[in-house]
Amino acid sequence: MAAIEIQGLEKSYKTGFFKNKLKQGLKPLTLSVEEGEVFGCLGPNGAGKTTTLKLLLGLVFPSGGTARILGCELTDIEVKRDIGFLPEQPYFYDHLTPLELLDYYARLSGVDSHERRKKVDKALARVGMTDSGKTQLRKFSKGMLQRVGLAQAIVHDPKLVLLDEPMSGLDPIGRREVRDLVQELNEEGKTIFFSTHILSDAETLCDRVAVLDKGELKGVGVVADLLREVSGDVEVIWNGAQAIPALSALGARCHATGDVVRAVLPERSLDAALDVLRKNQARLTSVTPVRATLEDYFLARIGETKPNEVSA
Amino acid sequence: MTGRLWAIAYNTYREAVRDRVLYNLILFALLIVGASVLFGQISLDINRIVLINLGLTAISLFGIIIAIFIGIGLVSKEIEKRTLYTVLAARPVRRWEFIAGKFLGLVMTLTVNALLMSAGFFAAVLYVSHHLGRGDLQLVTAIYFILLEFVLITALALLFSTFSTPIFSSIFAFSIFAVGTFAEDLRGFAGMAHGVTRGVLTGAAYLVPNFAALNVISQVAHDVKVEPKLIMLNTLYVLVYTASVLTASVWIFERRNLK
Repeated sequence: MAAIEIQGLEKSYKTGFFKNKLKQGLKPLTLSVEEGEVFGCLGPNGAGKTTTLKLLLGLVFPSGGTARILGCELTDIEVKRDIGFLPEQPYFYDHLTPLELLDYYARLSGVDSHERRKKVDKALARVGMTDSGKTQLRKFSKGMLQRVGLAQAIVHDPKLVLLDEPMSGLDPIGRREVRDLVQELNEEGKTIFFSTHILSDAETLCDRVAVLDKGELKGVGVVADLLREVSGDVEVIWNGAQAIPALSALGARCHATGDVVRAVLPERSLDAALDVLRKNQARLTSVTPVRATLEDYFLARIGETKPNEVSA
Repeated sequence: MTGRLWAIAYNTYREAVRDRVLYNLILFALLIVGASVLFGQISLDINRIVLINLGLTAISLFGIIIAIFIGIGLVSKEIEKRTLYTVLAARPVRRWEFIAGKFLGLVMTLTVNALLMSAGFFAAVLYVSHHLGRGDLQLVTAIYFILLEFVLITALALLFSTFSTPIFSSIFAFSIFAVGTFAEDLRGFAGMAHGVTRGVLTGAAYLVPNFAALNVISQVAHDVKVEPKLIMLNTLYVLVYTASVLTASVWIFERRNLK
């Protein structure tokens, strides 16, 4: 059974002073997330990632389409006992301590009173917050709040965990801890759906990803398969700058450092390139396939030309 | 359902009682009650009347201020700070449960505040009158009506909070309280109009919450008995009016996209 099944889900907002303009936050989206998967939803700011999550969680209402979570309709409130959610840049009731906050959320999720304290302690321990359990949240840093956010998302032992930008605002150690936690949760059989614009995290964690841009699905699939779509380049290194014009004519991107030349060219042009190098009596040093990254796929799919807007 | 409702109500109460502003307001109200004893001493033979008038007005006014200032943020602050997301998104909490829980939490807070302020008020009455008798039960009725005022204004502030910003909500809430204080006069004016104007004005006058009927402070200060019928009618009026306002709040909130 699919943990999340989305069929043509879309959302339009009325904008403008007289609410007479229509802005499509999410164009009809169809995708499914299997149980036990770690699924990443990627896209730049404003791509529709958070809108998708809010639609799934009933915070905003769809303009069209349907979706099912754990086999239930979105309107079925009881399914939420099995869902955990971490919003982007979480902010919690700062008059409470983590112990009180988690107890409150566990109570709302219907956790039995005799199990509640045990589950709260366990969730706090998993995010390394046991020692800060009795400090009011108003005294916490952003990173600590993010940890509390993760704890509240798992306190009731949900089957499906939805995380909106879980690594946002965390230092490298914090990001590593979140990655480890996501992997642990997945090993326990939980389905993880998370949105991110940090591509390296998605590449490390996800079984499958979906790429969204301007509210539209640009691609979805297993990370390795997606990378294959944009890979296929080889890197050739040789000695002898005289071969550069002929290689450039084959579509190679050449960079010379003294007599040593490094060229990246499509794999289909490799034979022709090697012929050129032989004719020019160049000394071949190496031929290496270039491994594409998710960033390459991302940039290829959304036509992005400013990679500095995407943290890798 | 009851468990979730209670949890939301208790969290709202806990948030309010951990706010220092609340204590400042209660302290200020008690200071006014204390000061009314002094005012009473310089007013020949009417010290008890002055104390009851000033004391109960202070309890009412500060309670209304607390109700409006907390009430207008009950929903809008949760949306603005996004604390609402973790409650409604991934917990089996229905939107009406959230509204009802928030309402009950604030009413609980205001009841506790009113009890604290009333304890100070009765201590002042005891100091001035040297004893409390059966006749002082009238004061309890006046405090009960003040509590009904709190219930009504909390529901209205909550309604505004479901669709408006805190600034506009506070303007709406204070305005409707001010207009409602003169509800009886409004009905009088409507009675003097003619034709369609009369119909429209009468409708508007009855739509405005009748805070005037809940104010018996002057009456009990002068030992005029509050009829049991008025107690019953006021209770019924507040129950029906509050239920209608809460229904409207839920209706709006159920349809709102929480962007």
